[in-house]
Amino acid sequence: MAAAGEEVKLVGGWASPFVVRVGIALHLKGVGYEFLQEEFGKKSELLLKSNPVYKKIPVLIHNGKPICESMIIVEYVDEVWASAGPSILPADPYDRAMGRFWAAYIDDKFPSSIRTIRGLNEEAKAEAAEQVATALQLLEDAFAKCSKGKGFFGGETIGYLDIALGSYLGWIKAVEKMAGFKALDEAKTPMLAGWAERFCSDDAVKEVMPEADKLIEFAKKIQAIMNAAPAR
Amino acid sequence: MAEEVKLLGSWGSPFSRRVELALRLKGISYDYIEEDLSNKSPLLLKYNPIHKKVPVFLHGGKPVVESLVILEYIEETWEGDHAILPKDPYERAMARFWSTFVDEKCIPAIWMSCWTEGDMQQNFMIQSKENLSILEGELKGKKFFGGDAIGMVDIAAFFIAHWAGVLQEVAGISLINEEKHPILFKWIEEFMSSSIVMECLPAREGLLAYFQAKKEAIRATKAPVY
Repeated sequence: MAAAGEEVKLVGGWASPFVVRVGIALHLKGVGYEFLQEEFGKKSELLLKSNPVYKKIPVLIHNGKPICESMIIVEYVDEVWASAGPSILPADPYDRAMGRFWAAYIDDKFPSSIRTIRGLNEEAKAEAAEQVATALQLLEDAFAKCSKGKGFFGGETIGYLDIALGSYLGWIKAVEKMAGFKALDEAKTPMLAGWAERFCSDDAVKEVMPEADKLIEFAKKIQAIMNAAPAR
Repeated sequence: MAEEVKLLGSWGSPFSRRVELALRLKGISYDYIEEDLSNKSPLLLKYNPIHKKVPVFLHGGKPVVESLVILEYIEETWEGDHAILPKDPYERAMARFWSTFVDEKCIPAIWMSCWTEGDMQQNFMIQSKENLSILEGELKGKKFFGGDAIGMVDIAAFFIAHWAGVLQEVAGISLINEEKHPILFKWIEEFMSSSIVMECLPAREGLLAYFQAKKEAIRATKAPVY
């Protein structure tokens, strides 16, 4: 629990994988926090003030000081609450480097692919699905190396890379339903398929992972708003 | 550490020069292998199959890629000699944030300002100047972004201190000058006067010639460089 006098706020949105990451980290460490849900389509004064550079969620505000960028926040949480719960970052510098490398790779590939798959352009969807499949194949190999026979990229417990990739699972399941294709295929990526189930069953993850059906509803809502907007 | 330290880099690359700067600040000896990026070596393709880029850092034969990831690895592996990240978790988060800002916002905007024309160029120039002002705000009266000594953000901003000047000359534009960014300008002077930085940078004339040749090639073919 956050110590007496500690104030932890998370500015974000329930549907954002980047926000989910921070939520998981805080729950893993048992840190109590106030969640400040941003209204879709509008940026609050607090968000603009605490992240003037990017104006994006998530922002963690710890005793009044803001920290931005999801994986930077995850490292911060791990360092500040180091004695609370298992380490999120691996101990070995090389494993840490691997985690950071793959997290950057994941953020390069997944967000745009997911956006495309839930969009309207059929041709682009197929290409995006290919990209996701390729990325997951590489991550299957990475899992073999990082997990060293254990259940998570981080070994026995959920770690940095588990959080980086796992935070997308809500949306991956949502677009699988929306587009009617299997992204996480037990046949193609058996280790990741097993890992995904394990990850989503974790108590810390269950607290914040959005349900696929709610995300599908949300995606439809965004699409409707975009359709209603005047053409640019 | 008795293990072998190697760096695959490229003479003109600000990203591989960052790694060299960090290694030299920490007094770590390394074998440098120059890569010809127009003819990538089997070694490069083997150790960085996904991105096929420099720098590639090899420690005891194990590769680490992506310059900021390499900087953190170096910091964590060779503790004690010239720390490039602060000890305080909040300050560390800030250093990571600003290093990423340099990479995602400053460098691309400056690069594109120098290679585009017309309205596009105007937009990139505006973005560049804004981003540089924001970055300048982070110096807050310190000698370096890292405080009294060169830190990770300073190392990341190496491009701004050296390459940006050359590119502006080739493009015939002004993005950073004493009047518009006085604090940043002072930082550049301070940073560039460090003997270790001076050891590490590619000669200005060489970079100028390289970029000028590139500009001529683009003019000749009218091919975009991005």
